[in-house]
Formats: sequence, C-alpha cells, structure tokens
Amino acid sequence: MTTKNFFKTPSSQTFLIIVLLLLIAPLFLSVFRINLLGKFIAYAILAIGIDLIWGYTGILSLGHGVFFGLGAYAMGMYLKMEAAHGKLPDFMSWSGLENLPTVWAPFSNPLSLALIVLVPALLAFIIGYLTFRNRIRGVYFSILSQALSLIFVVFFIGQQAYTGGTNGLTGFRTMFGMPLATDNTKYILYYAAIFLLVLVYLYCHFLVKHRLGKILVAIRDGENRVRFSGYDPAVYKIFVYVSSAVIAGIAGAIFVPQVGIISPAEMGIIPSIEMVIWVAIGGRGTLIGAVIGAILVNGLKSGISESFPEVWSYFLGLTFVIVVIFMPEGLVGLVKKYASKITCPIKKRKATEKASSVN
Amino acid sequence: MDTYLLQIFNGISVSSIFMLAALGLAITFGLMKIINMAHGEFIMIGAYAAYMVQNFFSQYLPASFFNFYFFAAIPASFLLAGVLGWILERLVIRHLYGRSLDSLLATWGVSLILQQLARSIFGAPNVDVKSPDWLNGAFLVHPGLQLPYKRLFIMLMVIACMVVIYYLMYRSNYGRKIRAVMQNRAMAASLGINTRRIDAYTFAFGSGLAGIAGCALTLLGSIGPTLGTNYIVDTFMVVVLGGVGSLWGTIAGGFLIGTGNTTLEFLTDATLGKVLVFTLVILFLQWRPKGLFTIHSRSLDE
Repeated sequence: MTTKNFFKTPSSQTFLIIVLLLLIAPLFLSVFRINLLGKFIAYAILAIGIDLIWGYTGILSLGHGVFFGLGAYAMGMYLKMEAAHGKLPDFMSWSGLENLPTVWAPFSNPLSLALIVLVPALLAFIIGYLTFRNRIRGVYFSILSQALSLIFVVFFIGQQAYTGGTNGLTGFRTMFGMPLATDNTKYILYYAAIFLLVLVYLYCHFLVKHRLGKILVAIRDGENRVRFSGYDPAVYKIFVYVSSAVIAGIAGAIFVPQVGIISPAEMGIIPSIEMVIWVAIGGRGTLIGAVIGAILVNGLKSGISESFPEVWSYFLGLTFVIVVIFMPEGLVGLVKKYASKITCPIKKRKATEKASSVN
Repeated sequence: MDTYLLQIFNGISVSSIFMLAALGLAITFGLMKIINMAHGEFIMIGAYAAYMVQNFFSQYLPASFFNFYFFAAIPASFLLAGVLGWILERLVIRHLYGRSLDSLLATWGVSLILQQLARSIFGAPNVDVKSPDWLNGAFLVHPGLQLPYKRLFIMLMVIACMVVIYYLMYRSNYGRKIRAVMQNRAMAASLGINTRRIDAYTFAFGSGLAGIAGCALTLLGSIGPTLGTNYIVDTFMVVVLGGVGSLWGTIAGGFLIGTGNTTLEFLTDATLGKVLVFTLVILFLQWRPKGLFTIHSRSLDE
C-alpha cells in the first residue's frame, strides 16, 4: 500500500479527520478536558490492538488489561523512582521494606522504559506459544486469558510491598524532569498520545492491508483451511498476539503520566471486557471502528456516569446486548450500510450484493 | 493430624461449592455452547431469593416456622433463577446459538444489567441471611476436629443435585431429547423434537441450578450484588479443566480446583495459592487441551 492509496479509503480519511480534530482540540477545550481526552486516546490505542487480534484474527482475549497494566506499571515504576530521588519509594517503607527490591533496581535508568514493550511482548509470547501451539482456541482461549487477568490482579494486590497493592502506584512528580502537574507538560503528553495513536494506527493499517492481514482474516474465518493450505496459523497468531500486547503496553505507558495513577483495578476482568466492548460498539474488523468506539464510549461514560451512575450500567449493558445481537459490525457497519444505500444506485448495489454472496 | 483432616474437609467443602456453581454452567456451556457470563448473576439471584424467603418467613409466619424456611428457599431460588433464565433465553440467547464468543459478550452486558437491578432493589451494601438454628453448630468427630453442619448440609445438597441431574439427563425422556439436540440439532428437529423448547428449558434448568448454588452460599456469609462475579472465573475453569460437556468432568474439575485451592493456600498464602492453582490448570491444559474427560469426535471444528 502506497501513501497515495492510504488517503483514498473512507476509513483512513475518517481517521485523518479525527486526528485533525484532536490536534486542534486544545484551542477549544480546557486543560482538564484535554487531559481526559488524552486518556481516551490511550484507550483508543489499546482498542486498536484488541481489534487487531479480535476483529481481524478472531481471537477474543479477555486479559488485555494485563498487558495494558504491565506497560502502565513499567512506566509507573520509572516515574516512582524519579519521584523518590534515589531513596526508597514511599509505599515500600510503609510496608516495611528497607532495601530496594531487585525488580525495581533497573527503573532508575530511563533505558528501562524499553520494558514497557518488552515485558508484555515476552508474556504474550509465552502465553501465545503455549496456547496456540496446542491449538487451544475460541472460547477456551478467552477463558484462559480471563484467568490470566485474575491471576495478575490477585498477585499484584497480594505483593503489596513490591507493587503498592490495591492502591497501586501514584504520587508521581516529574517525568524526565518536567513537573507533571503543569499545563505545559499535560499538553506535551496529549500530543505525544496523538503521535503514538497515529503510529500504532499506521502500523496496524500496514499489517492488515498486506498479505499478512489476509491470512489473519483467513484464520478468523476458517483456521483449518489455512492450515491445509500450508500455513502455520500458530505462528501468525503468536505474532499478532505479541503485537497486540505491545500496543496495549504502549497504551498503558501513555495512560499513566496523564492519569497519575495505576492500580490493579485497571487490569482486572471488568476493565478487560470493557475494552472489548469499545471495539464491539465501534465496529470490529475496522481499525477506525476501534478508535471511534474507544473515544465515544469513554466520552459517554464520563458524561453519563458523572451525573447518573446508575443509568450508566443499564445503558452500557443494554447497548452491548443490542450491538452484539443486532449490529455485529458496530457503528461503522451501520454507517457503511446506510452510506452504500445513499451512494450507489439500486441496480449497482444488487450487483455488488450478488458478487459478495458468491464469495 | 487434626489440622490436616480439617484441611481435607475444607477442601471438599470448597469443592462442593464450586461443583454446585459449575453444574449449571456445565449444562449451558458444556451442552449448549453458550458462554453465559451472567451465570454468576443467577447465583446472586438465587441468593437474594433465599433472602426474600427468609424475610417472608420472619415477617408473616409464626416464629416456630422460621427454622424451616430453608426448605422453601431452595425451590424458590431454583424457580426464580430458572424463570429469569428462561426469559433471558427467549430474549437474548436464542439469537446467539453457534456464536459462542458473541454469547460471552452479550451475556456480560446482561450481567451488568442484573447487577445494577439488584443494586436498585436491595441496595448496594451486603445483606445477611440468618441460617436456621439446626444448621448452627458442628459435628464433633472428637475434640479438636469439628465439622460444621452448614458445610455438611451443602455437601448433601450437591449430592442431591447430582443425582437429580444424572436421572434427568441420562435416565429420562427429556434428557435424551436434550442430548439429541445438542449432538445433532438438525437431525433431532427432523425427528420431531421441538428444539426451541428444549433449548429454553435446558437453559432455564442450568440457570436454576445456579440459583440453588446461590441459595447454598447464603449459609456461608453475607450476600451482595457482586456475589456472582467472585465465582464466575473459578466455575469456568472448573468446566474447562473437567472437560466441556461432561458432568463427571465437572465434578472432577470442581474437586481438583477446590482441594487445590485450599491445599495450596494452606501451604503458601491466600494470594499465591490462587495464582498457583490457575497456573497449574493452564499448564495442565497444555498436556490435555480438552480437559480431563473428553468426548471423542471426528469433527474438526469443535
């Protein structure tokens, strides 16, 4: 795919419009709102990663909160070390630790930020290797990934002296010497989030538009046929799972300095399913759907749940049931359907329907 | 010595709760291939049904009857959870046969709604259900080893449920129809079985079993709207470990996870124990991806 073609597809054009809107948003919104929007962008990055494995490859991971959390904790540990100024981070002395644990030692060095991608990648590789090689798939994988998320939450809460327990990591002060509380830093982080969003989008766009993307979709629609055609689905699945985990880790890393806290509550079972919901509502199998879904659902959530917290649960639950049953393609699918009704004349549409039914 | 015997007893006791919670799931997930994430909420509904029966007995009936409320609570829990399960099947589940992953997501939406509903009706804080007097106290094997009646009673409930399920599934006409539909839907339909009705009843039955599990849980502690979420992952692991679609597998899986949990928690600590159990289950599935008891099939896409 050349850059020329990139601008031609409606979804890429929509993405460009969204990015432009995000870029000029600071002109209209308060710093508080921008900070909130920055958080949603982190979620949008995460959603793209989930869409890559669920929407394209058909692997439903209910444990992506773990990868998000690992990236976020790596960033949080770095920020915590920076805030501690060479001393022991505050929560460790509260839990009675006297020396810095070895796990924490590397985080005084900025190079340790590479762990944001390395740790999720390694974990995803191990899990993916064990499960996909053994042809554990479908709902079995989903249930295992959910157990993974439970394991990590229990573990992180249990090891309070090393992870901060239920409270998680908070009380960050500076990042690379810039104070986090100032408006200036918040704007910088916001633009960094947009930059990462564009980067991740382009990477995934590149993946799914190439031959690899076709194989991913083929694995989703008929894994055995792919195997019989001489491809090893496990290799592709591991690759895409690791990619997705790395993307989740990046999302977590840009989430932490903007929100100022990371706790096990962000990586549990419920947030992990909510991430899937964003993608489902936006439209699985289209990258733009994931972006729209994440920003829209979270925007609505902060709007509705601020004023009517009870209504939000009903609304989210009901929306989800309706979307899954009646519009599996999500909002993007809905728009596509109506757009094609308006743009192409009836005869042409019938022809395209015929052609698509043959496939 | 007594400590170890007590550990074994606790292990069996925890196992029995897992089994009870997982039996309903073994039917909806194992036989119907529906991943019901709202299964935990049906447990919660059963628990609240027991709570309502208890309130009814203490308010409207003479005090002497109160001790027997639990015998009314068990069928009430089964019926309320079963009826709600039937409604759920009619409204939502029937659109989702053959779409396992979608059923998982849609029922998760349902679980959100049910939890919020419980919160609106009964309030967010936990409520207590008072156990009948005759269940307080313990069976004294010898001093130092006491087996609480409540836990023994729950074990009896589990055994009773298993017997009923066994007869229903393997010895009755209804069970034969269920198994026929699950094995080959089209063939069953052509032989005159009303598959839609079977689907609805089976799902309702599975949900009702979850209700009984909830009723049993009221004996062990206070209940709240999120009661079910604590059990959902464990029960799914029980079914996966045991082998999907096999009732024996569910019993074995419940036993292994329950005793594994208590033993490892006893040997290490509460958090590490849980982590170890799940890690072991994941590793076990490397060796036998289909679980302990597998149903052999030549079909490629299970």
